[in-house]
Amino acid sequence: MSTEVILEPGRADQNYWRDLWRYRELFHVLAWRDVAVRYKQTAVGIVWAVVRPLLTMVVFTIIFGRIAGLPSEAGAPYPLMVFTGMLPWTFFAAALSDASNSVIGNANLISKVYFPRLIVPTATIVVAFVDFLIGFAMLLAMMLWYRFVPGWQILLVPVFVAIAFLASLGPGLWTTAVTVKYRDFRYVTPFIVQFGLYISPVGFSSHVVPEPWRLLYSLNPMVGVIDGFRWAVLGSHIESRSGFALSLSVVVVFLAVGIRQFRTMEKKFADLI
Amino acid sequence: MAGDIVISVENLSKRYLVGHQSGRQRSDSFRELIVRQAKDFARKAADMARGRPVIDGDDIEEFWALRDLSFEVGRGEVVGIIGRNGAGKSTLLKILSRITEPTAGRVRINGRVASLLEVGTGFHPELTGRENIFLNGAILGMSRREIKARFDEIVDFAEVEKFLDTPVKRYSSGMYLRLAFAVAAHLEPEILIVDEVLAVGDIEFQRKCLGKIQDVAGAGGRTVLFVTHNMPAVQQLCSSAVMLSDGVIATRGPVDATIAHYLRSLETLSQQSLRLRKDRQGDGRLTVVDVTLHDDAGARVETAICGQPLRVRIHYESSFDGAPRSVDAAFNLRNASGVLLTCFANGQTGAVRLPIYSRGYFECVWPKVNLRSGAYASTIFVGLDGSTADWVQHAFSLAVEEGNFFGSGNLVPRDHGDVVFDQAWSSVDERSGIAMSSQEAAICRV
Repeated sequence: MSTEVILEPGRADQNYWRDLWRYRELFHVLAWRDVAVRYKQTAVGIVWAVVRPLLTMVVFTIIFGRIAGLPSEAGAPYPLMVFTGMLPWTFFAAALSDASNSVIGNANLISKVYFPRLIVPTATIVVAFVDFLIGFAMLLAMMLWYRFVPGWQILLVPVFVAIAFLASLGPGLWTTAVTVKYRDFRYVTPFIVQFGLYISPVGFSSHVVPEPWRLLYSLNPMVGVIDGFRWAVLGSHIESRSGFALSLSVVVVFLAVGIRQFRTMEKKFADLI
Repeated sequence: MAGDIVISVENLSKRYLVGHQSGRQRSDSFRELIVRQAKDFARKAADMARGRPVIDGDDIEEFWALRDLSFEVGRGEVVGIIGRNGAGKSTLLKILSRITEPTAGRVRINGRVASLLEVGTGFHPELTGRENIFLNGAILGMSRREIKARFDEIVDFAEVEKFLDTPVKRYSSGMYLRLAFAVAAHLEPEILIVDEVLAVGDIEFQRKCLGKIQDVAGAGGRTVLFVTHNMPAVQQLCSSAVMLSDGVIATRGPVDATIAHYLRSLETLSQQSLRLRKDRQGDGRLTVVDVTLHDDAGARVETAICGQPLRVRIHYESSFDGAPRSVDAAFNLRNASGVLLTCFANGQTGAVRLPIYSRGYFECVWPKVNLRSGAYASTIFVGLDGSTADWVQHAFSLAVEEGNFFGSGNLVPRDHGDVVFDQAWSSVDERSGIAMSSQEAAICRV
């Protein structure tokens, strides 16, 4: 005999995390669907994932490296430094925008079937992760081209990918939950993404930020992620550990706020959509 | 025995908060619009900060979709859930399938619940039939292993073997439907919730679906909750029924008695003024306020006469500005046992570009009423630009009197079905090929 389910006000909260685990298969399937659809629809899907970061890298190298004459990090060629910054940034940006639109995009599912809603935004991030893997392969190719040998720290790249994932999940959950009620918030994410590209150390090294401003600068969670990523790949030193710790704590706070917002609103999703 | 109760609902209630816009929200100037939006936004932001639920509109009204519902469903029972639009059927199903939480009360469910969804929910047009089977199965709660085990059965039922690796966007709507139903039907949960899925598809397919549901319930010993407006299907499938009315249980009992009660309640309903009816769906851009019957000359009549022309006028009031790209006005007719006889719709005739007035009526001219005497229930639907503006179940009852349909001087007998058609009869001599109608025969005899 199967288990008894009791439905009453507030009950769903108690079994939430257990349910999330029970529905892991749906997570796989939704993630697989999003990836399959993305690379199926556009024949140039993969080419797109390759060309876009390459072009951005060229532009940033010219503007920040040549015209502005900013220094690189740890003796790495400027394009390589830009690309190492762009990888986690693109992952963050894509994950954030996909997650933000995910609940609205799956409205028909949400109003018809029960499952822990957290699965939806989390599964979309997998698509961004696949793009990230393609980008990482390009990074390795570029390192070969520049004959750049990474240190042992490169083994820690997954750690920073995980942090980038959490950094995008927090705000992503928040916006996607709020967008269900206020569609205007859809316009917030593209703005954050566009703006964030310039206030994060993507086209330049965070070493060029003047010392007194560093701590304030580290409030941007992506500063910690990108610095950490550059440390792992290029072996550049992290200037201030407290700044890195600050970035990490901002990530954790955002995540907590995002999950909380999502959890309080998700019960109403089906009624609101 | 307590173990044989699979669903037990105790004092279940669900409340919604509904916001109304006070006054006409017309923006005369862009600046005014911005000011109002800003005020609205400030209020919502304040609500959000205080952790209160945020509601659109100025007046907030409580609305109890379900009030103090209690009932039990035993193992293997097939229960029909019937009631008018807005009676709370969908809310009940949403709670049972855990899509939304109850406001008060509790439900105990023994076993896995699956809903037979609106067909194709979760299908992705870009994915192939094979991929969609796995996707849809997972959404409905099947594990990969279960889907694999039933894969052939599903494909068989859906009859799509040849197109398994074709994206479903290239499927015909029939194939799409069959595939969607097939996945859901092979779910084999302990409790199956079926919500109006049978409203679509051709008769053959509908019969197949009903058969499958019967299998699930009969041989499978599973519990089925069946929600529909299709009374004959309820009668055929269910052993008992629950009738909801305004969020409470109106009757719970054997299926025949409950359906009879439901049909009676609809009759009293259609005597109520259409304007005051609350059990309507649609966005309110247009509201049907009355239905009147007229004869050929336009004079008002109370009943239709079999064989005579009839004009049905659907009076409405509308807040719609400008000319809609398309208007769908329709009403259908059901007989006393709830069987759908026909549907009158401007869309069928191609006349979709009708203007809309702030007060006006749609007129449908029926050149010759071909119904036998009796009362026929009618649901009215009006859509503007492809979305529902107003939809009222059992909005009026069409009374038809006996009449001289064939011009023969004889009334059409009542007990030979519901409809009558123009027809001509003759007798043919097979050898000579000479056909003779009864008039000609009469002349010959003279």
